[in-house]
Parts: sequence; structure tokens; C-alpha cells
Amino acid sequence: MTQVKLDKFCLVGAVAALLALIFPLAGIDGDTGKQVAFVGDIPGLASAMALCVIAGAAFTWIGVRTIFHAFIILAVAVFGAWQAIDALYDYGVAGYASTGFWLFIISLWAFVWRAIDVIANYHSLETVKQQSANIIVPIAFGVWLLFVWEVVVSGFGVPQVLLPPPSMIGVRFVSSTDTMMADFYQTFVKAALSGYVMGCGSAFLVAIAVDRVPFLKRGLLPLGNMVSALPIIGVAPIMVMWFGFDWQSKAAVIVIMTFFPMLVNTVTGLNAAGKLEKDLMATYASGYWSTLFRLRLPAAMPFVFNALKINSTLALIGAIVAEFFGTPIVGMGFRISTEVGRMNIDMVWAEIALAALAGTAFYGAVAYVERKATSWHPSFRVRRH
Amino acid sequence: MTLKQVVDNVAAMPASKKAVVDIKDLSLTFQTADGPVYALSEVDLTIEEGDFVSFIGPSGCGKTTLLRVIADLEKATGGEISINGVSPEAAREARAYGYVFQAPALLPWRSIERNVTLPLEIMDLSKEERIKRAHDALKLVELNGFEKKFPWQLSGGMQQRASIARALSFDADLLLMDEPFGALDEIVRDHLNEQLLKLWARTNKTVAFVTHSIPEAVYLSSKIVVMSPRPGRIIDVIETKFPKDRTLDIRETPEFLEIAHRVREGLRAGHGHDE
Repeated sequence: MTQVKLDKFCLVGAVAALLALIFPLAGIDGDTGKQVAFVGDIPGLASAMALCVIAGAAFTWIGVRTIFHAFIILAVAVFGAWQAIDALYDYGVAGYASTGFWLFIISLWAFVWRAIDVIANYHSLETVKQQSANIIVPIAFGVWLLFVWEVVVSGFGVPQVLLPPPSMIGVRFVSSTDTMMADFYQTFVKAALSGYVMGCGSAFLVAIAVDRVPFLKRGLLPLGNMVSALPIIGVAPIMVMWFGFDWQSKAAVIVIMTFFPMLVNTVTGLNAAGKLEKDLMATYASGYWSTLFRLRLPAAMPFVFNALKINSTLALIGAIVAEFFGTPIVGMGFRISTEVGRMNIDMVWAEIALAALAGTAFYGAVAYVERKATSWHPSFRVRRH
Repeated sequence: MTLKQVVDNVAAMPASKKAVVDIKDLSLTFQTADGPVYALSEVDLTIEEGDFVSFIGPSGCGKTTLLRVIADLEKATGGEISINGVSPEAAREARAYGYVFQAPALLPWRSIERNVTLPLEIMDLSKEERIKRAHDALKLVELNGFEKKFPWQLSGGMQQRASIARALSFDADLLLMDEPFGALDEIVRDHLNEQLLKLWARTNKTVAFVTHSIPEAVYLSSKIVVMSPRPGRIIDVIETKFPKDRTLDIRETPEFLEIAHRVREGLRAGHGHDE
């Protein structure tokens, strides 16, 4: 008899779904004294649980061996998640979820975990297939986290002031697009981007000056260090006094925040070229600027991009925080500070989501340019024959 | 090769040739925290046009330092040195030599072709001229077809050949090579030595070549400079009489073994001062 290895995750999924059918789905309504809902009353949920039991049992035995199996259990989990959401909102389980409901969520967790695990370990020589698999993993994981957030907040009836469910944030996000676009334009495009370009650009030029003039290195670097250590909440109000309420003062705060990381990284990068390469340039009688552009700046690029990536996130944080200290009545930081006061926590979360999206996209864009510009660097090299 | 042939070869050489490198009583002392280090002292040497001069000696004997002084990468602290009749600095400014380092030192962000065109770019040559010269130089080292590759996609031997092509690309008459094949295995080394000899025979360049391998020095050179350490100085200069179109077979001849023996004796004598 051959050894049969049972798939543990599918086993957990099957058992938990089976128990979910037996245990009570929802708690008791305080007013009526009756149970809010039974599995038997919700055919969709009951069928999803039954499907989980069957699929779980089947795959416990045969194992999740191929990517195709993984997609089957992922599909089962998606159907189950949809039915769970349906039960929460259409059958009044929200706020009353009980043992049966949570057991079902555990069952779904087991299936999703197993499916993502298999997809993450998928290897294909076909680029398209491999890339799709690489994209599916973080998406599936992110969607699953949102789902857990949604059911936990709704199922336990967490007050919205503490934590609104993602669906509510999403609705608010979509319904107030105009406000959000205006805020985004004010904070990201006007303040963060211009501050980022000015801060990084000036630091880059100063780094070259520091490199060219030795005494600046001793005089300016410690000073830059000190400026970067200034607390942003101390600097921001002063900048508002100097440059007014509009985006210029926010850009000034960002310049202060981004200047030093860029300066230090560029100065370090300019010294990254090896002695041998410098000797090589000397044998060609290459002048300062020729060596700078042909050898030292290309060699410094990995360091420069490091600073650009660090600063891409710093810039947005700086812009949002600086808006707490005076701003025209638009902007992401302004919106957050006023909507918190009005207890519109969903709007605050929508702005946070917007900031997260913008920050990630910005970082991603910089990282993409880095990949293209420094494809020669050992960390990005692709062997091409 | 018969003795008569050797004699004929010597006779065929012109009586006096132009001195490419002329060194008189050269010394170089590094000032360090532990006191002065005498890297070179009382060096007298003339390298003539068309010579292939090897510098051989134990590590620390100053052979690389001497090459770097010729290339104006180090400054002598005493004595006189002239390259093509001018100071090393003026010679460097005039791009009078091509230098090949111990490591290939190819810039990783440039393709092989663009690495070879680097000096031509600095010299402000037109793009067509650069491409043409890079193509010719890569052909000389048998690397044609690899123009668009990046350095890390090539083997160590190919990378070193690319760096030689780069030194050849601007057609300087003097080639300075600092243990260029030191990191390569024996077979690749033999092959590159053969190629280098062919190149030398064809182009009539003057070559100064640092090595620590006796067979390599004897096989390649028209003149072998034996050096000894602390302070770095020349203890013997040996002229070889092999023809320019020599092959690896000469390594089995008595003449070859005799010269190798003399080099070894010189090295041993130089080393004896320390013991």
C-alpha cells in the first residue's frame, strides 16, 4: 500500500466547514430573544459550506498538486466569501455572528492559504504565465485581508468610529471623487511633487559642489545633518509663516525633509567608483567633468535612486503633516484633520487609502525608472545570451 | 631555430632606435606613518621603439610602481624620466600610451563596444570613427560579434581581451600592461600570450609588460628586466634573440631554458639580500 499524505490545510478547511454547519450561525437578538438567523434559512451560505466540506475532503485526499487544483479551491473560497458577505448584510448576521460563522471563516482561511501557497511556488518558463502568477499572489493576499477586515468589523459589530469596514470606506471613496481629486491635486501634485523635485534636485547639485570643493564637505555636511534632524512639526508652522498658506510652504517643508538623504547618498555615491576605474580615466587624460559624467555619476546612480525612493515616501508624509499647520480649505492633510473633528472617520480612511495608493504608485514609478536606468547593477542583472 | 637564424635576426635589427622611455637614476619614496618606504631606487632603463620589455620580480619589488611612474599615475621623487622625449605628464595628456590593468576594469553600464569607445569619446572623435575603430580593435583581440554584450556576460579571459581592445582602440604606440593575464588560467594565458605576440609583430608597438611568471616573460619579451625588492631596483637586463613571430614551441629550446635559468638566478640573487 502506498503512503498517502493528507493535505492538512484542506483537512482543516473541510472539518471547519462541517462544524460550521452544526454550530449556531448567529447570536441572540436582545430585543426578540430569538436567534437572528439559521444556516438552514440561508441556502446560499449552506451550499457554500457544503461545497467547502466536499472540496476540502476531496483535496485532503488527492492533495493540491497542480496550479489548476489551486484555482479550484481558490474559486470555492471566493464563492464562500461572497456568501458570507451576503449572510452578513442581507440576512442580518452583521453584529451577531457566532461560532458557526467564524468556523466558516476559518475554513475559508485554510483554503485561501493553501491556494496562495501553491500559486506562490508556481514556476513556469513561459514569462506570461509566470508573471500572472506573480501578480495573482499579492492581489489575492490583499483582497483576502480586506475580506477579513470586512467580516471581523461587521461580524463583531465594531463601532464605525473605531474602525469602519472597507466597503464603507470604498463607498465614501467613490462617492466623494471630486473632493478627493481636489485634495490629491493640492497635496500631491502641487506640494509633494514640486517639493520633491526641488529638494532632490538641489541636494544633487549641492552634492556635486561638495564633491568639487573640499571645504564644503566639512562645513556643509554637518549643517545638512542638523537641518534634517529638525522636528517637522516645529518647522512646518514657521514655513507657513514664511511662505504662506498655500502649497509653497508645504513644498518648503518637503525640501527640508528630502534634502539630506539625497545629499548624503549622492556624496557617498560619487565616491563609489573604484580606484582602478579612476586610474583608467586618468590614463585617458579625462578631465573632472568628463570623469564625472562618464564614470562617477553612473557609478553613483544606485545610491541616488536609493535616496529618490526614500524621499518619494517622505515627500507625501511631509506634505500631509505640514497641512495640519495652516492650509487653504483643500488638501489631504486638511481633510484628515477636519473630518476627524467631525467624526467622519470613513472620509479619514478614504484619504488614508488615497495617500497609500499615491505613495505606493509614486514609489513604484521611481523603482521602475531605477530598474531601467541601472539594469547593469548586480541586483537587477538578467543574463541574456 | 638555429644559431645562424638568431644571428641573422640580430643583424637585421637597426643599429640605433628611438628611445621611447628613458629613465635615469629614478627613485620613488612613499612617506607613510611608519616612516619612508623606498619603492624604487637608482633605476636606469631605456626602452626602445618596437621593444617588448618585461618587468619580472617578486611582489613588492616595485615593478608595478615603475609602470605607474611611466604612466604618470605615480610621481617619481628623484631622478629623470622622459616618455617620447617629454615628461610623463605631458605624455599622458597627449594619450601616448594605452594601459591594461590587472583587472579588466570595464564599466558595467556600458556594452563591450561602448567600453572600447570610451577613450575615443573622451578624445572627441566622431561617432562613425569611434564605431569603426572599436570594431577594428575588437577584431584584433578576436572579440567581434560581442559588441552588444555587457561585461558581466563575458568570461574573465574575454573581459581582459576587451580591456586590451580598449587600450588598442586609440592606437597609441606604447602599450603598458600590468600583469594583464595574472588572474587567468594557464591555457587561456598561453592563448592570449600568442595573440599578444602576433599583435606586437604586426603593429610594431612598444610594449612594457609586468609579470611574475618566468616562462611568460621569456616567451614574450625582447628584453627582460629583473627586479628585486626593498628598495625596488633593477638587478639584470637580459636581451632575448627570438624572432618576433615566435611560437609556443620555443619554450622547449635550449636558448629558452638558458634565459629562463638566468632570470631565475637573478631573482634568487636579488632575494638573497633579504636573508
